Amino acid sequence: IDYTGVSSDSPCYNCAKNFTWNTTEPCVCTVNFTLLQPNVFMYYGLSNFYQNHRRYVKSRDDRQLNGDLSALTDPSKECEPYRKSGDVSIAPCGAIANSLFNDTLVLYYVDSNNSKIEVPLVKKGIAWWTDKHVKFRNPAGNSNLTLAFQDTAKPVNWAKPVYELDPSDPDNNGFINEDFIVWMRTAALPTFRKLYRIIQKKSGTTPTLPNGNYMLNITYNYPVLSFDGRKRMILSTISWMGGKNPFLGIAYITVGSICFFLGVVLLIIHHKYDNRNTSADIPS
Amino acid sequence: HKEPPPGAEAYIPQRYPDNRIVSSKYTFWNFIPKNLFEQFRRIANFYFLVIFLVQLIIDTPTSPVTSGLPLFFVITVTAIKQGYEDWLRHKADCSINECPVDVVQQGKVVRTQSHKLRVGDIVVVKEDETFPCDLILLSSSRPDGTCYVTTTSLDGESSHKTYYAIPDTMAFRTEQEVDSLHATIECEQPQPDLYKFVGRINIYKDKEEPVARPLGAENLLLRGATLKNTQHIYAVAVYTGMETKMALNYQSKSQKRSAVEKSMNAFLIVYLCILISKAVINTVLKYAWQWSPDRDEPWYNHRTEHERQRHVVIRAFTDFLAFMVLFNYIIPVSMYVTVEMQKFLGSYFISWDEEMFDEELGEGAQVNTSDLNEELGQVEYVFTDKTGTLTENNMEFIECCVDGNVYIPHAICNGQILSAASSIDMIDASPGGYRRDLFFRALCLCHTVQVKEEETVDGIKKGIHQGRPTSFYISSSPDEVALVEGMKRLGYTYLRLKDNYMEILNKDDEIERFELLHVLNFDSVRRRMSVIVKSSSGDYLLFCKGADSSIFPRVVSGKVEQVKARVEQNAVEGLRTLCVAYRRLSQSEYQEACHYLMEAKLALQDREQRLAQAYDIIERNFVLLGATAVEDRLQEKAADTIESLHKAGMKVWVLTGDKMETAAATCYASKLFRRTTQILELTKKRTEEQSLHDVLFELNRTVLRQLCDALEIFLEICRNCSAVLCCRMAPLQKAQIVKLIKASKEHPITLAIGDGANDVSMILEAHVGIGIMGKEGRQAARNSDYAIPKFKHLKKMLLVHGHYYYIRIAELVQYFFYKNVCFIFPQFLYQFFCGFSQQPLYDTAYLTLYNISFTSLPILLYSLVEQHVSMDTLKREPSLYRDIAKNSLLRWPVFLYWTCLGVFDAVVFFFGAYFLFDNTTFTSNGQMFGNWTFGTLIFTVLVFTVTLKLALDTHHWTWINHFVIWGSLLFYVIFSLLWGGIIWPFLNYQRMYYVFMQMLSSGPAWLSIILLITVSLLPDVIKKVLCRAMCPTATERAQSTRPCLTVEPSTIFMLSQSSSRMSF
Repeated sequence: IDYTGVSSDSPCYNCAKNFTWNTTEPCVCTVNFTLLQPNVFMYYGLSNFYQNHRRYVKSRDDRQLNGDLSALTDPSKECEPYRKSGDVSIAPCGAIANSLFNDTLVLYYVDSNNSKIEVPLVKKGIAWWTDKHVKFRNPAGNSNLTLAFQDTAKPVNWAKPVYELDPSDPDNNGFINEDFIVWMRTAALPTFRKLYRIIQKKSGTTPTLPNGNYMLNITYNYPVLSFDGRKRMILSTISWMGGKNPFLGIAYITVGSICFFLGVVLLIIHHKYDNRNTSADIPS
Repeated sequence: HKEPPPGAEAYIPQRYPDNRIVSSKYTFWNFIPKNLFEQFRRIANFYFLVIFLVQLIIDTPTSPVTSGLPLFFVITVTAIKQGYEDWLRHKADCSINECPVDVVQQGKVVRTQSHKLRVGDIVVVKEDETFPCDLILLSSSRPDGTCYVTTTSLDGESSHKTYYAIPDTMAFRTEQEVDSLHATIECEQPQPDLYKFVGRINIYKDKEEPVARPLGAENLLLRGATLKNTQHIYAVAVYTGMETKMALNYQSKSQKRSAVEKSMNAFLIVYLCILISKAVINTVLKYAWQWSPDRDEPWYNHRTEHERQRHVVIRAFTDFLAFMVLFNYIIPVSMYVTVEMQKFLGSYFISWDEEMFDEELGEGAQVNTSDLNEELGQVEYVFTDKTGTLTENNMEFIECCVDGNVYIPHAICNGQILSAASSIDMIDASPGGYRRDLFFRALCLCHTVQVKEEETVDGIKKGIHQGRPTSFYISSSPDEVALVEGMKRLGYTYLRLKDNYMEILNKDDEIERFELLHVLNFDSVRRRMSVIVKSSSGDYLLFCKGADSSIFPRVVSGKVEQVKARVEQNAVEGLRTLCVAYRRLSQSEYQEACHYLMEAKLALQDREQRLAQAYDIIERNFVLLGATAVEDRLQEKAADTIESLHKAGMKVWVLTGDKMETAAATCYASKLFRRTTQILELTKKRTEEQSLHDVLFELNRTVLRQLCDALEIFLEICRNCSAVLCCRMAPLQKAQIVKLIKASKEHPITLAIGDGANDVSMILEAHVGIGIMGKEGRQAARNSDYAIPKFKHLKKMLLVHGHYYYIRIAELVQYFFYKNVCFIFPQFLYQFFCGFSQQPLYDTAYLTLYNISFTSLPILLYSLVEQHVSMDTLKREPSLYRDIAKNSLLRWPVFLYWTCLGVFDAVVFFFGAYFLFDNTTFTSNGQMFGNWTFGTLIFTVLVFTVTLKLALDTHHWTWINHFVIWGSLLFYVIFSLLWGGIIWPFLNYQRMYYVFMQMLSSGPAWLSIILLITVSLLPDVIKKVLCRAMCPTATERAQSTRPCLTVEPSTIFMLSQSSSRMSF
């Protein structure tokens, strides 16, 4: 669902137009949609966003993210120009961290009697397990994250410092915040999607998301219009083979039929050639 | 001893080097800088150095390690190899330079080290010692002032050669005497020619006029030769150290470059152009794309202040360089190393080949230059020598003819006395006793054969009587040995040369002694040799033997007609004929001859010419005695080999110094000519042939200015003939013929094969020179690129090894370009999707190791052991050779095909992965992949495709092939697991962490890998099957056992040079 707000009839139009980085008041817009699929992963998608730009890709410090104390106060030069704010070093440093996706999406189920029921969104397990537990670590030595990050500044574009990313769960703060980790895995192509939340199957026979009307409540913080980008919310089901992938199927069918066709053709050719060969042998 | 007395001729002091031999290239100190300099002179290394420096200087997408590490690897490996070789040379030099030498100083023998020798020192050399420098023999322990020497290490001739002391110093016996000598030696500047030396010694005695003596090659003992059969000698050093003839001879030959290398360089240039154009395109597109500032610097991705301040031109240039760096892998760094290793290791296959091992010599083939392996598969013209190459050079005396009466010695092995006796009877029965005896004596005397003494004269005598000879005749010319042995069977045994007396055991077992006065040596211009002897009765006799053409004009009496008829008959039968003549000299004539000779020998300048004049004056007014015939048998399988070469599309030219009739007979015997072939002869019209000959010379001198009609016609005719025979060729002319063909329009690849010193110029001139380790010494083998024991081995060398090498190297080169296109083209495409930001698609480790380890070994092994058709088939079907003629596997269409295939595969990899990644989830838990997974997926597909492509091309599977191909794939997987499995503490980024494992855990990734590999291999498979079916390749045709049906009637053109040149 594209909620960027390009056209004036889009509910997020005002939010998109009036965006500045300085507002403290979050702009909230609401999009209504109808949902058909039974059970689902929730993604946000961005287009025309060059997460694979070289300057962008390298603008991070893996040491710092791994909890290295020296790198925390003195980040790598690759982070420039998002390395220091004044004299205080930024944690997490770099362009990737600085441009963390910060829209908040909340999904409501609209009942038949028009009352809104919030759909429970699970935010655990959206990042790679190895990333969360090995590659990303909070600075060691201090259990209190506020103290651990005391000598650092928050990235310029962030509203909150890194240790307050998730007020609800203390284990999801700092560098090991899963939203953050997901964002830090740079996408391969300028149009990409990232896992936002998982809507877990409850129990028994009831589908994860029953058919009906849904409402998406968006806290619109993330500007994309300046570079002609688009934002989307994607709900997708996933089998053991991953998400729906028409290309792979089509490609397999095509290649398979080509192979079959060629097989037949080559068989004919082979027969013809064989005949020629034996006939050529006879006179000699 | 070198200082001249006052009043002598102007003596220009000269600096002589010490006797240190330096064959090493580097010293300990200059090794690193000099070696680096040498290595970076190679264009490829320089290119990578530049890339590396660019990476160091500017902000580039890939770290300097990616190109620095391979370069460092290559440089180090080469440096270690060269360093090791140089260390060996150092060691060898050291042992030579420090070997002890006895020097006479102040009348005493002082032992010193070899490198302390100076010019003018008098050296004592004992038996079996090697001469430390070039020496002039002063005196020897033998009373006649001679010494025997073998020059095996110089030219491979194992025969003992006699060297003579200066007559005036011959008598010196003790150190004191030698030390008292006061003399100056004048000699020419150091020259590399082993067999030429011109000098003069002036001996000063008290209050007397200095005595001047000529010095020639027979006085000069060469460094490297060994003293034999002589207890000790005194000699004075004339050339030392690097000025010795041996050192001058070991200077490196000019480098020959193969055609494959040329096309490789052409391909490289094309790729360089592609590289530059890619970088330019990307740079231009980058700036077009970045035109809007939102794209250039979106809010999430700012430049640093420093970058912003830079001028746009500098930025553009830096970007251009960065793109260059990103794409630089398209020029394969490891290709040169692989090619070199392939050539180096591949050349061992030739020397290991057991079929090319010769039992008699106990030696297999030798490779002197591994650079030309693949050229063996490209030969179009074969120039071969006749004597010793086509024929065995194992002479056997067949018959002789005296005044028209023919004598034939009987059976060879069983009962020598018996046969000898019977022939004696026969001789006795025939008339003309005196002339006949003279003839036999002449043959016994007129030669330079030496008797290898194993026992005393009595022993020899006894040995003859017991029917088992204990002595061997050794000579540089096998004809002479054959003649002398033939004479032995006819009852006249040459015993030895003693104190200038030649001793002959005649048929009545009496020893006749002749004093040897002069030897007028054989040379290939005169084509004859003479001796002047004084018989025991006091007559002066001049015996001369030589080619008929050089003897007949000088004959004044004798039964010329009969002999001539016989000679011609023999020549037609393929026998080598020689004529013998004599002349009785009166005392005054002898004196006059002596005078001429002395004068010529003393001359410092134009000695050769003056000697020739003197010989010319002396050798005339002969009385013809008779002629001999010696058979030179064809080498085994020579005919078969020539036939195969013909079928393989090669043109065989025989260049020989022999007479036309003899040469033609050999050619018929070796099936070079067929009975049915039409033969064009250019012999009868003397004028025409003469002009042709002249044109040939003129052409080479005046650099194609005089392109006369005759020459064009000559070339035209020759090119259309299947076989050409050129007779009466001097060594230089052989080379000129080769050069002529080399320079003709199509620039065909030529091969020259020969065994003797007279073939060296031809061998050096041709693209590929092959030497036969024959009886005429090792000179040809030393100067050749490849040396083989027998002519028949040429067949396997060309048809099997040459073919294989060519196929292998062609595949190697094409494959290298292909795999690097596959590697780099996705990177190029990726730039369109990452804002032309030079973002590399693959991880640094992959970039670095792709060419070094993931894909290097399979192709190297393929290029070593591939046999697309079995050896037997190649040998049986020489026509397969035509398939690879004219560099057919490295032409532009083939190159284009490979490049297109590479581009196609790259497009499949990239867009396949692109569409799969586009908007879908790959994992079962909904998590997403990043750009590194994308790159790793492509890279995995790439490595597998490229390796499997090679597996598809491999026809000859050995267990090593299996091991290496599957092993390197396995290595890739294990490496990736390891590389992504650990947080590497020394890296400051961990972008590959668990990427590979995550990818493998996803089902669609597996599916797409399999799909993409299949798709990218499909077109090649189709092409292969179609080509096989439609137009069968060599392999196809080899499999069907079709006998060769048509042999075109070939025209043969024979060229005979005027009879001014001659050879045996």
